[in-house]
Amino acid sequence: MSSIAVKTNQIGLSKNEYRGANSTLCSGCGHDSITSHIITSYYELGIDPYTVAKMSGIGCSSKTPAYFMSKAHGFNSVHGRMPSVVTGAKMANKHINIVAVSGDGDTGNIGLGQFMHIVRRNVDMLYIIENNGVYGLTKGQFSATADTGSKLKHGTINEFTALDPCALAIELDCGYVVRSFAGDPKQLVPLMKGGISHKGLALMDIISPCVTFNNHLGSTKSYDYVKEHDIRLHEVNFIPSYEEISVDYEAGDIKDVTLHDGSHIRLKKLDRDFDPTNKLEVLQALEMARREHIILTGLLYTAADGKDLTGEVLNLVEQPLYALMEEDLRPSREVLSKIMSDFR
Amino acid sequence: MSEKIVNDLSIQVATVNGSGSQSSNNIIIKTLFRMGIPVGGKNLFPSNIAGLPTWYNIRANKHGYIARKNDVDMVIAMNQDTIDEDIMQVIKGGVFIYNSDLKLNASREDIIVYPVPFNTIAKENFTDIKLRKLLTNMLYVGFLAELIGLEEATAKQAILDNFKGKVKAAEVNYQAYDVGAKYFRDNFSKTDNYYVERMDANAGKILIDGNSAGALGSLFAGCNVVAWYPITPSSSLCESLISYLRKYQLTEDGKAKYAEVQAEDELAAVGMVIGASWAGARALTATSGPGISLMAEFTGLAYYAEIPAVIWDIQRMGPSTGLPTRTAQGDLLFTYNLSHGDTKHLVLLPRNPEECFEFAPVAFDLAERFQTPVFVLSDLDIGMNNWMVNELKYPEGSYDRGKVLTAEDLERLGKFERYRDVDGDGIPYRTLPGTKHPLAAYFTRGSGHNEKGAYTERPDDYVRNIDRVNRKTETAKKYIPAPLVDWVNGADVGIIAYGSSDSAMKEARDNLAAKGIKTNYMTVRALPLTDDVKDFIAKNRVVYLVEQNRDAQMLRLVLMERMDPQEKVKSVLHYNGFTIDAKFISENILQVEGVVRV
Repeated sequence: MSSIAVKTNQIGLSKNEYRGANSTLCSGCGHDSITSHIITSYYELGIDPYTVAKMSGIGCSSKTPAYFMSKAHGFNSVHGRMPSVVTGAKMANKHINIVAVSGDGDTGNIGLGQFMHIVRRNVDMLYIIENNGVYGLTKGQFSATADTGSKLKHGTINEFTALDPCALAIELDCGYVVRSFAGDPKQLVPLMKGGISHKGLALMDIISPCVTFNNHLGSTKSYDYVKEHDIRLHEVNFIPSYEEISVDYEAGDIKDVTLHDGSHIRLKKLDRDFDPTNKLEVLQALEMARREHIILTGLLYTAADGKDLTGEVLNLVEQPLYALMEEDLRPSREVLSKIMSDFR
Repeated sequence: MSEKIVNDLSIQVATVNGSGSQSSNNIIIKTLFRMGIPVGGKNLFPSNIAGLPTWYNIRANKHGYIARKNDVDMVIAMNQDTIDEDIMQVIKGGVFIYNSDLKLNASREDIIVYPVPFNTIAKENFTDIKLRKLLTNMLYVGFLAELIGLEEATAKQAILDNFKGKVKAAEVNYQAYDVGAKYFRDNFSKTDNYYVERMDANAGKILIDGNSAGALGSLFAGCNVVAWYPITPSSSLCESLISYLRKYQLTEDGKAKYAEVQAEDELAAVGMVIGASWAGARALTATSGPGISLMAEFTGLAYYAEIPAVIWDIQRMGPSTGLPTRTAQGDLLFTYNLSHGDTKHLVLLPRNPEECFEFAPVAFDLAERFQTPVFVLSDLDIGMNNWMVNELKYPEGSYDRGKVLTAEDLERLGKFERYRDVDGDGIPYRTLPGTKHPLAAYFTRGSGHNEKGAYTERPDDYVRNIDRVNRKTETAKKYIPAPLVDWVNGADVGIIAYGSSDSAMKEARDNLAAKGIKTNYMTVRALPLTDDVKDFIAKNRVVYLVEQNRDAQMLRLVLMERMDPQEKVKSVLHYNGFTIDAKFISENILQVEGVVRV
């Protein structure tokens, strides 16, 4: 008899340890692919699930934290308000790794305000938008990311301007902005690992077709449409900090982005010249793409690490705030009597 | 000249908002306080930065009646826009000190008038135009001091303290004080009857506003996450807390043991508090009515998903924007049931700044013990006015961090279900994110859930869970601050009040007693209501429930909880935005009692 050797990652956990409950989403939903990419990314990076908190708002996308890493705490909060809950949780425990899953309605409609403000505050987290352009749980109404002219199943045309969460985030100097496609693990997984390793807020706007309400002809978020209009900006590789960087590339076509923990994102140029470190050029490229009805995917923007809220701005003690107890926090009797003298 | 009136005086200073009169008024109050005379100050200010009329009410009273008095003994009129109304405010035989550089059309024969050309005096004495405006206010302090007998040395020390010991700033103010005092001596002889004299009623007392006291209480309670959105009249609670945290919660190398974020709105503020409390910190936000409205959805989540949160509501007048700088108790019912569905919160009702300090740690203890939002309902009167209260006592007990399981606990127990009522008190155990144990994780959700935190739509699961959550409220009745009751021998009339109304009650009850009506008195200090209230009502012939809202909100609760089967409770309602005064209460009760006793 020989025992079956279960493959494990660098901290000795099998991929199973990163799974969650069974999904209750529609079969073929893009969100389920993203869930499996999340599992792969965290597994391959060797992050212990207990160090992670899975956060979400309300909607199909926001249900998904139940479907991965069941050994991590999860929090399915209220519609559009996940960012404030994350901000609070990070204030209480700055060491917790946040993976947040939101949707296009949760982020772009009801939660736009909180989304913008968490980007402004640069809270250290992975912020995933599972973007399908429609409300799924309420059966197929447009969300704010629906493209102008796109069509609902029963024929309604969207007359309004589409909101681009990536452009908005870049505008606010978000340090790591990705657009990708649920059906492109080759691009998505290395970029997700990069996002997890990035210090500060890493945004991933992932187009994730809704097979039930937005996968028809006339939709601009269907599998077919996205495949046809997707322009990959680069080939992406994630090189963990412990791996040597090899030098088998042609100079000029490769760009290495060093992340906070020493890992790298290696971008290999495809058809277009694209510099994800030049904010003005990136915004221009996004605007041109919008006009040309194409979808640019890849690492859209990356900036030198800005100050993140709980890592730097708040200048917190090393110990998480929740762990400070009475003896750390209650000022002495002398302090109170000194304060009292101000009120006499 | 009739008899001297000593240490029984209400002064109303009428000025223009933004003119810098606040320092002068504080100095008058501090001086009276340090002369050992019970004193209170009420700022009746507009929702405006500069230009609109504002009044400051000072009440000095040897009996300790320090609520605002509607009858004004003495007015200091410094505002052209209101001077003709201000003179009418003075009671017969009272005193009107006014800036005679202003145009006064009205006149009174039944009061004593001291015209003082404050602008002219200021012009003659102070060359700096910018400073002149501020010093004009110090002129009336000197004038008043000389008139009623404020101690000069005490007043000057108060001036020095007001300018934080900066001698140069103090000196020019001393000069203004002296000029004002001299003007009285040179031009008038006293014809009114009002005097203040040193007494010794203030040993062990302080003068403090409820927002500062609440902030201090929170500091000592170990609150170290603050998320807030500015709104009158609550802003000063968070600002004051943050300034204390900056001073007392830094390590030697300057690292912060606290985190503070000014949120983008009240939704985000309470969301941050809930996130931080979920992760195990003691987090607080403070707001007022409009903010409470915005927090409704989130507090329902915290109630149902069982997450601690401490929320201070410094009530102002509603509905809507209402009157942001006027006081009320109009949020009682709304906060108690805030959010949709069957929601019920723990609510604390401090009577004064001293209880703001005492209840601050109680709020955290309750929130963590019961894993639920706790509201502290203060109001503008308590929060922003200067109250004379007992010196704040160092909190003795330990923090109650509630039922939190560590990795070691989990190892020992071998199992964990987030929403199981293990102890029969309705309160389940929780773990914090980041707990290094395979059993620690659970899923927090505002959707239907079973004992394990898993999503469920089963009717039996729902009922079992929502009933258990309700059991926590029942358990909490033993933990919340109990009502205080003062039984008086032979009394069959009861009065119930809560919050800031308490400040007028001593005087109101003395007024009633003077008319032969002895009263028992209960102060309700928390929701849910307990059977103490029912018993109190049962033991009285009639009960007057005093509150500062139109709709008798506490009475509605009493009725909803079936605590008044014989319909004995009548309302005394004060809701014009001014702080409640004793005479209003006693006269309302006298009127009804008079009818009853015919």
